[in-house]
Amino acid sequence: MAKLIHRRAFKDTRGEAEMFRRRAFAGFALILLGLGALVGRYVFLQVLHHDEFALRSINNSVKPRALPPARGLIYDRNGVLLADNVPAFRLEVVPEQIKNMNAMLVELGKVIPLDQDDLDAFHKELKQTRRFDSVPLKMRLTEDDIARFAVNRWRFPGVDVVPYLIRQYPFGPLFAHVIGYVSRIDADDLDRLDPDLYKGTTHIGRIGLERSYEDILHGKPGYELDEVSADGRIQRVLKIIPPVPGKNLYLSIDVRVQKAAQDAFEGRPGAAVAIDPRNGQVLAMVSVPTFDPNLFVNGISSADYKALNTDPNKPLLSRALRGAYPPGSTVKPFMALAGLEYGVRTPQDSVVSTGVFYIPGQSRGYRDDQRYGVGVVNLYRAIEDSVNTYFYKLALDLGIDRVSAFMGSYGFGKPSGVDVPGELSGVLPSREWKARHSPKAPAWYPGETVITGIGQGYWEVTPLQLAHALATFAGRGVPYAPRVVMSTADVGAAPAPLANPPAGPSLIKNMKDWQAVNDGMQLVIYGNDPFSTGAGVKLGDGFPYRIAGKSGTAERYSRTSDAYNENKSTAYLAARHRAWFEMFTPAEDPRIAVATMLEAGAWGAKDAGPIARKILDVWLTEQGGPVPADHPLPEPIPASSTAPPEDTPQTDQTDMPAPDSSSPEDSTP
Amino acid sequence: MIDTVRTRFYRFLRRILTRPRIDLPLAFALCVLCGVGLVTLYSAGDSNVALVGGQAARFVLGGLLILLMSRIPPSTLRNWTPWLYAGSTVLLVIVAVLGEGRGAGRWLNLGIMRFQPSELMKLTMPMMVAWYLHPRQLPPRWKDIAVVGVLIAIPAGLIAKQPDLGTALLVSAAGAFALFLSGMAWWRIGLLLAAAGGMVPIAWHFMHQYQRDRILTMINPESDPLGNGWHIIQSQIAVGSGGVFGKGFEQGTQSRLDFLPEHTTDFIFAVFSEEFGLIGVCAILVLYAFIIGRCLWIAMEARDTYSRLLAGAIGMSFFVYVFVNGGMVSGLLPVVGVPMPMVSYGGTSAVTLLVGFGVLMSIHANRKVHD
Repeated sequence: MAKLIHRRAFKDTRGEAEMFRRRAFAGFALILLGLGALVGRYVFLQVLHHDEFALRSINNSVKPRALPPARGLIYDRNGVLLADNVPAFRLEVVPEQIKNMNAMLVELGKVIPLDQDDLDAFHKELKQTRRFDSVPLKMRLTEDDIARFAVNRWRFPGVDVVPYLIRQYPFGPLFAHVIGYVSRIDADDLDRLDPDLYKGTTHIGRIGLERSYEDILHGKPGYELDEVSADGRIQRVLKIIPPVPGKNLYLSIDVRVQKAAQDAFEGRPGAAVAIDPRNGQVLAMVSVPTFDPNLFVNGISSADYKALNTDPNKPLLSRALRGAYPPGSTVKPFMALAGLEYGVRTPQDSVVSTGVFYIPGQSRGYRDDQRYGVGVVNLYRAIEDSVNTYFYKLALDLGIDRVSAFMGSYGFGKPSGVDVPGELSGVLPSREWKARHSPKAPAWYPGETVITGIGQGYWEVTPLQLAHALATFAGRGVPYAPRVVMSTADVGAAPAPLANPPAGPSLIKNMKDWQAVNDGMQLVIYGNDPFSTGAGVKLGDGFPYRIAGKSGTAERYSRTSDAYNENKSTAYLAARHRAWFEMFTPAEDPRIAVATMLEAGAWGAKDAGPIARKILDVWLTEQGGPVPADHPLPEPIPASSTAPPEDTPQTDQTDMPAPDSSSPEDSTP
Repeated sequence: MIDTVRTRFYRFLRRILTRPRIDLPLAFALCVLCGVGLVTLYSAGDSNVALVGGQAARFVLGGLLILLMSRIPPSTLRNWTPWLYAGSTVLLVIVAVLGEGRGAGRWLNLGIMRFQPSELMKLTMPMMVAWYLHPRQLPPRWKDIAVVGVLIAIPAGLIAKQPDLGTALLVSAAGAFALFLSGMAWWRIGLLLAAAGGMVPIAWHFMHQYQRDRILTMINPESDPLGNGWHIIQSQIAVGSGGVFGKGFEQGTQSRLDFLPEHTTDFIFAVFSEEFGLIGVCAILVLYAFIIGRCLWIAMEARDTYSRLLAGAIGMSFFVYVFVNGGMVSGLLPVVGVPMPMVSYGGTSAVTLLVGFGVLMSIHANRKVHD
C-alpha cells in the first residue's frame, strides 16, 4: 500500500498539515529550550557572578592602547640607509570632545597655521573615523608650533600633540621608482587590512618595495594597559607588551651605481636596469625623470601633485617597469640565437643585404639601415652591423610561432616577476596575441613576421624585460626572476639572504650557439667594420673586461616620405626614435647585464650606449678594481690604450669555437 | 496615461494604508520590539538623536514594506520564487567576482545605493526550499533532502567565502528549518547532524585564520586583549554588572565610558543587559518568543505547503538571530556578525527582517478558511 502511494506520488494534504503542526510544536519546544539556555547563561552572569562583574565594572579603569610597530628600514647592498624613520610630532583631535569643530579650527588656526590641504585631509578622515578615535590634523609640527600650542593647550580640550615616527627617504628622488613610498591609510585600506594588525598605524606602503614588502616591513603592534581617569586621561601605565618592529630590507642595488646611472641620463627621459646574471639580483634600476617620494608621505599638496601629474616628461611614470616601447634591434641577438638553436642557421650561413628586402612574390620592400645594403653578411656581421635583411629572412624562415615561443621563453611578453610591483607585460607579437587584440583582422601576415624579426611592429618591451632577457642570456640561459631585495634582517640580527633559485634549467641547448651570439655582440663594441653600429662610439675603450652589447634604434612612426633619409639632424631623429642599448661584461663570464633606454634618443649606440658604459664603469669601481682573484681575465686591455681595437674579434681564442674560413673579416665585401 | 498610472498608484497606496491586511498581535509585538530597540539605541549611542532618527526612518520604511508585501499573495510569490532565487545567486556570484578585500566583498554598488545580495538570500532561501518541497511528497526522502542540501550549500558557500560567516549561518538555518518543518524524519536528522559533527575538523581546516582566532579567543578571551578578546571581556562585564534589576536607563558605564566597542551594533544587547538587568533580558526574550510563536501559528493556519514552510522557516530563523547574538554577547558563542533583531543599529538587516514579516502578513491574509 505504501509503495503504491509512493509510485503515484499522491500528496496527502491533510496529513501534511498535521505533520507540519507536530513539527511546528516540536520546533517551538526546541526554541524555548534554546532561549532557556540563553536565560541560564544570563542568570549565570547576572546573578551568580554579579558581584564579581560589578566590581570589575567599577574598577574598569584600565584601557588597552595599541603601540604601533616601527617600520623596517631599507638599506642598499653596503648598508647605506635608503628609508629611515625619524621622530616627529603631529596634532591630533578627538572629535567626540569637540563641541563646535569649525569654531575650534578657526581658533586653533590662529595658534598653529593650518593650510587648506591639512583641513581637507582632516575633514575627509573625520568622516571615516569613529567619534572617539583621534584624527590627525597637522603632521610634522615645528618646534615653534609645539611651543605655541603648549601655551594655549588649555583652550583646546580634545586636541593634543602626539609623537610618532615618520618615514623619510634620505636619497629622495633616486629610489622613488624602486622603493616607492608610504602614505596615509585611507578608507579602502581600512576595509582590506586586518584591524588588529594595523591598530595605531597611520601609514602603509603605497607603491614600490614599500608596498610589495609591506607584510615584512610592517611588524606587529604591541599594547600597553593604561589606567585612565573618568574623563579618559591616562593616569598610569600598568603593563607594556612591546611591539615587534618590522624587518629591515637590504637591496642588491648599490647606491653609487644607482646614482651614476641616474646622472648618466642628464635628465633626458629614459630608464636603465642592471642585473647580475648569476643570481638575478638587480644592481641598478632607474627611471628618469623622477620625483621626491618624501612629498607623498604625509599627503602631497594638490599643487605639487598637479605639477607632477601635468609634467610632460611624466616623472611619476616608472619607465623601467611600465614604459613599454618597441625594442628595435636589441632583439636581434635573441633572433640570432633562435636561428641557431632551432637549427635554421649556422653562424656562417650568409645573406646578401641590398638595402631592401622583399618577401618572395610581394612588392612591398622592407628597408635596411644602409640605403644600398652592406653586401654578404653572416651571423657575426649581421649582429655587428645590425643588418635588417639578415633578420627579416631569419624571421620568415623561423616563422612567427617559433619566434614568439623562443622570445617568450626569455621572458618577453610577460612580467619578469621582479619584486617591485606594477610592471607591465609588454607585447610579444604572436598569432594568438593578434587574434585576441585585433578581432576584426585576426589573420597573421608574413610581413608582420618580417618586422617582428627586427623588433618593430607589435613588439612592446620594458627596459626591465630587456635587462631580464639579456641577463638570462648572459648567464648562459639560466633564468632567474629579478630581485631588488637581497636579504632581510630582524632588528639587531645579521641579514638573512632571501632565496631566489633559478626558475628552471638553462634555456640554451648548445653552448656553441651562445658563444657565437656572444662573439657577434662583442663585435658591436669592438668591430671596426665601416657599417658597424658601434664604430666610432668606442664603447669598449678603456674598460678592462671584454664587453658584449647591442644597440637598438626603434622607430616610433613608419616612414611616409623620403624626408627621413635626407634629414640627419639629431633633434629630428630623436623625436622619431627610441634609443636602446644592452650590454654585459665580462663577455666570457658575465657578472652584470645592463639595458638602457632613452625615450627620445637619435641612435642606440651613440646616445643610449654611453649611459650603459657609465653604469659599467661605476659598477667596476664598486667591485673594488678590475681583476678580482676568482675571475682572472684572459686579455685585459690596458687602461691607457686610446687606439681603437685593431682587429675583431679580440676575445680569448681558446674560449670560443675557432672561427673558420667565413669569419667576420672574410665576409666583408 | 500617466494620470491613470498615478491615480492607480494612489488608490493602491490608500488601500494598503486604510485597509491593512495584517495580523494585529504580530504587528503589535513588532511595534513594541522596535520601540525597545530605539530606546536602547538612544542610550547606547550616547543620546545621539540623529542615530535614533535614522533607525526610526528605517523602521518606517520597513513598516511600509510590510504593508506592501502583505498585498502580494503567496501564490504569486511562489511563482516568482525560482527567479528570485536564481537572481540572488547570480548577484552573489557577481559580488564574489567583482568584490575585493575584507568587508568590501559583500557589497554590490548600484550607483545610488549599495546593498548586500546576501541579505536578499535570507528571504529567497526559505522561499526556494519551500517552493521545491511544495509539490513533492512529504516527508522528504534522501533524494529531495540532497537537492535541498545543494540549494542551501551554493549560496551559503558563496556567502561564507565573502567571508560573512554570520549571514551564511542565517541563510543555511532558514533553509534547514523549512526542511525540518516539512517533516523530515528524526532519524534522518540525527544521521545528518552526526555526519555534520564529523565534518567539524574538516571545516576547521578550511576556515580563515581570523575565524579560527575568533573561536580560540572565545575559549580564552585574555589571549587577545586588543581585538575580539577585549569585546568579549568587556561585554561580559557589562552583562554581569547589570545584575537582576540593571543599572537603569542611560546608567550603563561600560558603553558610556567606551569600554564596550561596537556598542550600537553587534554588542548593543550588552548595553541592554547592563541597563535593564536580567528582568529586562527575560522580558525581551519573552517578546521574541511570542513573535516566533505567532509566526508558527500563522504558518499552521496557512493554506498550502509552500506558505506553511515559508512562514515557519522565517519565524524559526528569527530565533537564530536572537540565540546567536545573545550567546555571543554573553560569551556563550564566538563573535560572528549577527545583529540582535530590531535592536542593533544597521539598516539592511532590519529592513530584510521586516520584509520577511510582510510575507508572513500576506500568508496570514490568505490563510485557510475555517469551515
